[in-house]
Amino acid sequence: MFTVLLAIGILVALALVFGAILGYANVRFHVEGDPIVDQIDAILPQTQCGQCGHPGCRPYAEAISNGEAINRCPPGGQATVQALADLLDVEAIPLDGGEEEPVQKVAVIREDECIGCTKCIQACPIDAILGAAKQMHTVISDECTGCDLCVEPCPVDCIDMVEVGVTSRTWSWEKPQGVGVQSAHIIATDRQTEAAQ
Amino acid sequence: MQTPPVYSFHGGIHPPENKAQSLQLPLGKPSLPRELILPLGQHIGQASRPLVEVGAKVKKGEAIAMNNGFLSSFLHAPTSGTISAIESRPIAHPSGLSDMSIILTPDGADEWTELEPLANWKEIGKTDVLAFLSEKGIIGMGGAGFPTQVKLQGAHKHPLTHFIINAAECEPYITADDMLIREKTLELVLGIEILQHIVEAENVVIGIEDNKPTAINALQQLLRERQSSIQVAVVPTKYPSGGEKQLIKLLTDKEVPSGQYPADIGILCQNVGTCVAVYEAIQQGRPLISRYTTLTGDALKAPQNVEVLLGTPIDHLLEYADLQDKKLSRLVMGGPMMGFTLDSGNVPVVKTTNCVLAATKKELPAPYPEQACIRCGMCEQACPASLLPQQLLWFSKSQELEKAEHYNLFDCIECGACSYVCPSSIPLVQYYRHTKAEIRDTREAAVKSDIAKQRFEARKARHEAEAAEKEAKRLARQGAAKPAAKKPAKPAPEKADAAPAAPVADEAAKKAKVDLAIAKAKLKKLEKALLEAQEKEHTEEISALQTQVDEAKKDIAELDKLVASAPAAAPAKKAAAPALNDEAKKAKVDVALASTKLKKAEKQLAEDPDNQELKDKVAGFTADLKAAQETFDKLGGDVKAAPATAAKPALSDEAKKAKVDVALASTKLKKAQKQLAEDPDNAELKAKVEGFENDLKEAEARFAKLDSAPSAQAAPAAKPALSDEAKKAKVDVALASTKLKKVQKQLADEPDNDELKAKAADFEKSLKEAEARLAELDSAPAAATPAAKPAMSDEYKKAKVDVALASTKLKKLQKQLADDAQNSELQGKVVEFKKALKDAEARLAALEAPTAAPAVTEAPVQAAPAADEETLRKLKIDAAIAKAAVKKAEKALTKAIELGSDDKDSLEQQVTKAKAHAEEIEKALQNGGQVSAQAPADSANAAEDAAFKERLKKQKVAAALAKAQVNKLKRQLDADPTAESLQQELSAAEQKQQEEEAKLEQLTNTQENR
Repeated sequence: MFTVLLAIGILVALALVFGAILGYANVRFHVEGDPIVDQIDAILPQTQCGQCGHPGCRPYAEAISNGEAINRCPPGGQATVQALADLLDVEAIPLDGGEEEPVQKVAVIREDECIGCTKCIQACPIDAILGAAKQMHTVISDECTGCDLCVEPCPVDCIDMVEVGVTSRTWSWEKPQGVGVQSAHIIATDRQTEAAQ
Repeated sequence: MQTPPVYSFHGGIHPPENKAQSLQLPLGKPSLPRELILPLGQHIGQASRPLVEVGAKVKKGEAIAMNNGFLSSFLHAPTSGTISAIESRPIAHPSGLSDMSIILTPDGADEWTELEPLANWKEIGKTDVLAFLSEKGIIGMGGAGFPTQVKLQGAHKHPLTHFIINAAECEPYITADDMLIREKTLELVLGIEILQHIVEAENVVIGIEDNKPTAINALQQLLRERQSSIQVAVVPTKYPSGGEKQLIKLLTDKEVPSGQYPADIGILCQNVGTCVAVYEAIQQGRPLISRYTTLTGDALKAPQNVEVLLGTPIDHLLEYADLQDKKLSRLVMGGPMMGFTLDSGNVPVVKTTNCVLAATKKELPAPYPEQACIRCGMCEQACPASLLPQQLLWFSKSQELEKAEHYNLFDCIECGACSYVCPSSIPLVQYYRHTKAEIRDTREAAVKSDIAKQRFEARKARHEAEAAEKEAKRLARQGAAKPAAKKPAKPAPEKADAAPAAPVADEAAKKAKVDLAIAKAKLKKLEKALLEAQEKEHTEEISALQTQVDEAKKDIAELDKLVASAPAAAPAKKAAAPALNDEAKKAKVDVALASTKLKKAEKQLAEDPDNQELKDKVAGFTADLKAAQETFDKLGGDVKAAPATAAKPALSDEAKKAKVDVALASTKLKKAQKQLAEDPDNAELKAKVEGFENDLKEAEARFAKLDSAPSAQAAPAAKPALSDEAKKAKVDVALASTKLKKVQKQLADEPDNDELKAKAADFEKSLKEAEARLAELDSAPAAATPAAKPAMSDEYKKAKVDVALASTKLKKLQKQLADDAQNSELQGKVVEFKKALKDAEARLAALEAPTAAPAVTEAPVQAAPAADEETLRKLKIDAAIAKAAVKKAEKALTKAIELGSDDKDSLEQQVTKAKAHAEEIEKALQNGGQVSAQAPADSANAAEDAAFKERLKKQKVAAALAKAQVNKLKRQLDADPTAESLQQELSAAEQKQQEEEAKLEQLTNTQENR
């Protein structure tokens, strides 16, 4: 009987000791986990365009963390949906409103026609439009995210969304077509000459 | 001379060399082409900035573009001639895209500009030598086009152990460096010596592949002759031994760590071409305007090396080398391993072009289709960077960018060895290039989105701060009012005092700070100007600027002091006024409280008159009340005396009181008179009437005196006072005439009453007087129409707001109706609101009419332009708003049509109505514009110009609006090409646009004629 009690006593003591160690470790080595909202927000493109139905990217990130669909971000495109699906470990669903890949655009004000109403300035979520009342406005194109929000308020319709063209400095090689397809621009083809000899 | 040790690097391949073909002929010198195309971005980094304009004449060697930032370079005219254009031209780039280029048409004279060699390069500072190299446009000629001076600067970070000259030229077909070494051996060695002096390296080694025996011999012979310390390391032929990192491994057995540069381990690499260019720049003053290029390939009858001017079109070179068009299947710039296919031959030679390969089909056959990876591992064996190409391929294919980066994708030198050995013909390098670009894009996007986020958050914070400030102000106002009403004895008001005081101090401090910032900015600007003046040696400017700078510095010191003291000083000063006010309030409340208490006590005392205690209390309260009243009076006096503005309202208050007295007296008088009429013999009543009459007169006199006082007040108050007086005069007139009428009535009832007759005469006189006064005053306000105008525009505004409200409501209802088409109640409401809207619009139109033609009114000429401008601006905005309304209505219509809604007709009507409205406004706008242009015609010329400009601008706006309309219609028409109405509208709009544009042109012409 004593042995049984001894065994139980030892086990209890061990449990208490390890419990104490674990408890201490939990407090001492507590890792401040990156909250999920921040991680989602980091993936979103930060255009602050409101096309998802939320006033900005962070509110949408919060909504996603509360279970909203991950496919509501047209500027991010399918890539963002994929990244969100990877992060949240859910299935990647097709982008809401078509498979169109986003085209990078910037707003351009036709400055001759601007009447200086400042409406676009108020609409711009990232303060990328310069101007004052009754003065011509202009877009800081480097800062413009192409969110579209300034187009609608313009009373004289003088804002165009212009595609950012590819220059020789921003151009990149396209992905090869994959197995079974003949690729142009292949290099290192002297091998064939060697084979022919 | 000892032979340095040669080590080995991992991987590498042995493709057929094919170098003999281009070495059959001696160095060629092609003729001048018709034009030279000089792209502004021939190097890594920012594109250069053009220094010349179209039409400028340049001499050979003149700088035509300068560096634009750190990683940029100069560009020089390769021959003498005229700049015929600066435009976008196809450039030598795998994308086949165009880029900005300077186009030079040679004049054939090939006339050199004056060259200034840097003879004393040994004596002057190294930085100056580097700057000189930069100005001569020297960049790395091995392939990447890295500006040489930047690379040399980087070499100073660590002490150099090795300076390696890259003469390996490992890529098949290319022999340009080989030919360069043979032709310019001495220049090369001298160039190396200059660079050696600049970088102070211990060992200088030329790495050269063993397939160039002639070049090796020439070099070794010369070095022996000169007893140079430069060593020649002959490395075995293996591709890609010419890669920078591979050559370093070959010659020093050191590996450049991942993500670092050779300079980080004390090694510098330079291409032979660069060394020769450095020599020519420093010893001859010759900028980089030509280079050695290999023309080879089976499609050329005369493959050879040429010394070619930069900017020469490839076509020109191919012609020179006898191209057989039929045999040509692929044109490659660079070698077969790392080069890229050109779409056409009209691209120019740039600083990094080392080879042009015109290959036949047999030479470079079309690649086999890609097959699945069989994991043979041959690519790993071939990779000179010791990477795992197969892993990288998986990650590239599945877009696992992070993993690809983790497997050191960015250490890939894109040499193509893996693709060369791949039995499945997988274009591995293209995968890597794509993935690298993806990763770079992702990084850039991340940076950009971070910036956007920051800006967004900054904006949000600013908005929140603004809202909070407003809220705080509101609370402060409330807080000031509330505690006074509730619990005046508590210290709460003190808190309220402190709150408004703090922002004031803040404001003062802020202002001082802003001043300080401005002063600092000024100082900076002045210092800059001073520096510039010193640089350009404008001595007379320097002293003036120096004094200015000193002054600015003094200012800043003062301001600094001010900023430091401001927060302390400000609050005390500012708190005084509101405190006074608050104290007055408090005192008032005290008075009220004391009197209330007193009343209560008195009441109690009345009920219980013998209570001694109560009596004492009453006495105490009375004393309290007196004391409170005293302080209040004192404070009130202070407050009144302090702000001058307070005098006026006080005065008008008194006037009001007097007026009330007058009214009271006259009422009493009237009553008494009535009684007297009923009972004419009552002497008492008569006496009363007389007494009342006296009272009334007295009151009126008092009132009149007070009335005249405000008019004599300060000048700025004159205008409102004037109108007030006018009002009063009017009232007087009315009063007098009423009295007169009454007396006349009485007189009619009682024709013999002499007293009444006298009264009537009296009244008639006073009426006339009053009328005269009114007339006099009336003429005055005519001079002050601006006061009248705002009233009108206020009404106008109100009407406009009504319209807007009505239309908003209507819209909302229509929306609801669209959702719930059967709801008859809603329909009824819609109709109602439409009516209301129409009413409001009509009212607005009525108001608009006078506003639109302000010049016709009696408004004095002086006020006209201002009023004009005001109306015009308003009209302009109206036009824009109307335009937007049309737009919105049209959108609603299209939506309705899309949805097949029954609302279509009404919406169409709405659209036409909105359009009509917009047109009306536009017309008014034009009229207004014309009026504004005509009105000041006789005024000064400047005003005329301004008006004209305004008109021009307006016309521009009109034209733009018309254009926008046309565009919109076109878009709609595109969407629905069958709609006839749209076509008609479009043609009408186009016509209008033409008209507007014609008008605009006319105006522009007039402006030019001026």
